[in-house]
Amino acid sequence: MNVILHRRYRFSASHRLHQPGWSAAENRRVYGKCANEHGHGHNYVLEVAVTGPVDPSTGMITNLADLDAFIERHVLVEFDHVYLNEQVPAFRSLVPTAENICRVVYDRLRAYPHARLASVGLEETGANSFEYAGEFREKP
Amino acid sequence: MVYLTRKVEFSASHLYHNPALSPEENRRIFGKCNNPHGHGHNYVLEVTIAGEPDPRTGMVLDLKELKDILQREILDRMDHRFLNYEVPELAGKIPTTETIAMAIWQLLEPRINHRGQGQLHRVRLYETPDLFVDCIRNGQ
Repeated sequence: MNVILHRRYRFSASHRLHQPGWSAAENRRVYGKCANEHGHGHNYVLEVAVTGPVDPSTGMITNLADLDAFIERHVLVEFDHVYLNEQVPAFRSLVPTAENICRVVYDRLRAYPHARLASVGLEETGANSFEYAGEFREKP
Repeated sequence: MVYLTRKVEFSASHLYHNPALSPEENRRIFGKCNNPHGHGHNYVLEVTIAGEPDPRTGMVLDLKELKDILQREILDRMDHRFLNYEVPELAGKIPTTETIAMAIWQLLEPRINHRGQGQLHRVRLYETPDLFVDCIRNGQ
């Protein structure tokens, strides 16, 4: 069987869904109140899944302290308590929908050296959740 | 294919310690999980069976039967136990969530798959709501 470790993290951030190339009416039509000029915020839950062999000397796919430190340094420090559109460079030219946040986080976490990234999930609210598995699902 | 999931909970204590390593090394790798007196969790176990429903009963397998298997194989072994010392399948291993999930897989697979209907598809073990491990059948 394959073994996959899942770990959940939290960050709170604001964003605005807005395409600068579109008219105000078009943005309003597509994004509704998410297009409001001053943005709004969420308590995001980020779910990171990694896979790989379990080291018999530790019983672990990866040491959680290493994973936590990597997520903190490469995602949470930059994403927590900020306005994503302005303060995370990737979202200056990319609408920070939950889908795009998943992909940006996935691309950052692919460099994790101690296990293979399986997927990145994001709960924007208790009712909306997203998952991106990149190449893992496409080329298992 | 239909997937059926049953959830059970058990409470147990454990500690992480590899006798082949020095006390300092154990402390460095396992942190507070290396406390010699152990500590405990409320584990949540989700077991997913994949199969085609029997046309006579409409069931992949009888839930009562699955409930009995989980009671006998898992809860009777692990609930309110010190996993390192009281569960033979974990003796000499580091009882991380990965290791416990794999032991549960090994215990359940022969009990479920021999029946000819329904195969063990996934074992998901939550150590806390923010840390869980999946064992998934190969090729899924």
